[in-house]
Amino acid sequence: MSPRPAPAALDALRRKVRALETQDRATRAVLPFGVSALDKRLPGGGLSLGALHEVAGGAEEALYGAAAARFAAGILARAHGEVLWCRRQADLFAPSLAQAGLPPDRVIFADAGDEAGVLAAMEEGLRWPGLAGVVGEVGRLSMTASRRLQLAAERSGQMAIAVRRWRRVADAADLGQPTAAETRWRISALPSSPLPPSVPGVGRPRWFLELLRCRAGEAFDIELEACDAKGHLRLPAPLAHRSAGADAGQGRAVA
Amino acid sequence: MTQRVISVFLPRWPTDRLARMQDKAAPSPETPIVMAGRVGRRRAIAHMNLAAAKAGLRLGQAIAHATALVPGLVLHDLDAAGDGMALQRLALWAQRLYSPTVAADPPDGLVIDATGCAHLFGGEEKMLIDIRQRLGRAGLTATVAIADSWGGAHALARYSRRPIFVAPTGALGRELADLPLSALRLPADLVLALAKPGFDTIGELEASPKGPLAHRFGLDPIRRLDQAHARQPEPIEPVFAPETPRAARIFAEPIGAPETLARYLTALTVELCATLEDLGLGARSIDAFFHRVDNRIESARIGLSTPARDASRLAKLLCEKLETVDPGFGIDKMVLAAPGAQPLTYSQDEALGGQQRADLSGLIDTLAARLGPEAVYRLASADSDLPERSVRKTPAVDIPAAFSWPVDWPRPTRFFPRPEPIETLALLPDQPPASFTWRGVRRRVRRADGPERVFGEWWKADAELARSRDYFQVEDEGGARYWIYRDGDGEDAASGSQRWFMAGVFG
Repeated sequence: MSPRPAPAALDALRRKVRALETQDRATRAVLPFGVSALDKRLPGGGLSLGALHEVAGGAEEALYGAAAARFAAGILARAHGEVLWCRRQADLFAPSLAQAGLPPDRVIFADAGDEAGVLAAMEEGLRWPGLAGVVGEVGRLSMTASRRLQLAAERSGQMAIAVRRWRRVADAADLGQPTAAETRWRISALPSSPLPPSVPGVGRPRWFLELLRCRAGEAFDIELEACDAKGHLRLPAPLAHRSAGADAGQGRAVA
Repeated sequence: MTQRVISVFLPRWPTDRLARMQDKAAPSPETPIVMAGRVGRRRAIAHMNLAAAKAGLRLGQAIAHATALVPGLVLHDLDAAGDGMALQRLALWAQRLYSPTVAADPPDGLVIDATGCAHLFGGEEKMLIDIRQRLGRAGLTATVAIADSWGGAHALARYSRRPIFVAPTGALGRELADLPLSALRLPADLVLALAKPGFDTIGELEASPKGPLAHRFGLDPIRRLDQAHARQPEPIEPVFAPETPRAARIFAEPIGAPETLARYLTALTVELCATLEDLGLGARSIDAFFHRVDNRIESARIGLSTPARDASRLAKLLCEKLETVDPGFGIDKMVLAAPGAQPLTYSQDEALGGQQRADLSGLIDTLAARLGPEAVYRLASADSDLPERSVRKTPAVDIPAAFSWPVDWPRPTRFFPRPEPIETLALLPDQPPASFTWRGVRRRVRRADGPERVFGEWWKADAELARSRDYFQVEDEGGARYWIYRDGDGEDAASGSQRWFMAGVFG
């Protein structure tokens, strides 16, 4: 009869496996949103820097990916460094990126002819240190492609964001397919934050943010006000239990 | 890949060059000019401009005769050597712009191997138009043709009577059939000899049996026929400026395996970088030439955003290009050249305490090599209030200092390259519509911001003098936000059509 494995040996084995799993990872740094309702539900307290994240728009947004692109811009606006934005259609409006916190000196665009080209350009970008992150606008994202991006991101510690964008609304069903991304978000527009009745005009845009998938975390959804000129999200006023500005300015990466 | 060759024909090269050299002192184009050359002991017209031809002069006519016929004739001596050297310089210029493999095609043309280059210019026809326009701006008359062979393109550029000729791939026989025999680059006396038994066109020669033809006229006509029809290769030896840093290797045994090619390419890159280091230079572009055993030269080119001589990085970029190189039955010579090398500049780190910018030129070069140099860029602000004119492309290595886009007026995340007409239900002239129909879906406007009035730029075009547009940000009941505008101020017909358009979508 063999001796029962000692708990110490089991622990050592667990440590070994854990080390093997994470040996290529540069860091486990995260980028918090600065909105505690969001951060406290994400493992590590924010979005992992060395990882692939997926952002898609709901309903018609699936075609334009406008909110998804602004969400991605807002995240990277709070990180340090330049951004490589890979795309197939040249309809992203640079003045809007500047208003989301990514001025022209922080964005390099790469126009690829097809989605395979976008993915290859993203992967190349992830290999070069010094970028805040890489954004790619793609419709299809296969397990293999996402795995490659995730590995490249892990190795360099840079953030990869896939803005999912389809040619037809029906194609958005592709979002249900599994990928290697650490998180998957869906963003839909909500009627903007109400203004006082006497004030004309459109209020601050509001998003319905769904976290559909999160490795080592739970899915949830939340209503938020869209990111401002520095990339900060905010809880809508009636829901906020305290002033949003309290920790909003500390959006830099922490290890 | 089928070879595609561009031939540039400069019918007025000596006189165009003369006019260029004289610059402002040049006589008007209506002045007849002839260039005198020697035929035996006689001075005869070797070249003339259009005005002289219109005056009834012919090539080969005695100069004495010509001056008697045309009063006010301007006479110059033909400077064949000078024309030849200038043609070499022109070839170097074309090499920088269009393709690594360019050669002078004396006395009055260039030949460019455009295989795999045309897509950088938006297709073959656009490339030819670009070549012709640039030469035209430099004061050179040119006709250009592209075909599967040097001989074919040469003939079509000179005899097709079209300024731009794109011969489809694999259809050279048909294009060449009706051209005269003189299009075949044969000596004049041979053309005359062939004309005696009745050969006038290339098609007739092509249709006749080759054995008797070779027996009677030698192998020249058949060789030229085969070259023109792309049956026999004709290597284009690229020009080099004498000062271009170069590295070359000749192989005793032809090589062809991709790994072997990559290994020697890397070794040559190291050699080239050592040369560059001796000269204190960095490469702005590197051309690699692969001489195949079947007399064809394959080429590849990489461009660098900043001068560089980092061997491992450059070798990696070059090796990525190997997949476009077809080694055929083997490669017996490899040449690397760095045209336009520049002094290597070292940038100082930014001021103490300031954030240092990461050097991204390596990434930019890698992406540009893969996607094309036009596909990697930054977007900077341009001085214009019109949204579609407010963004301009700049090279990715140039970092824009600031931007002039409005901060207070929200701009849509997606901006449609072409505004889409929408049908609206408007209540008041200076108000946004109460509802609109876009792409077949009707949307009710819940809230709106605006108008932001943008005026036409009269300094750009007279037609814009009275024009204006009113932009609104509108939100529908679902919360989707759009950027719409009315062409005009809503009242004055001169300010625009008063129709509504969708300009973009907010995120």
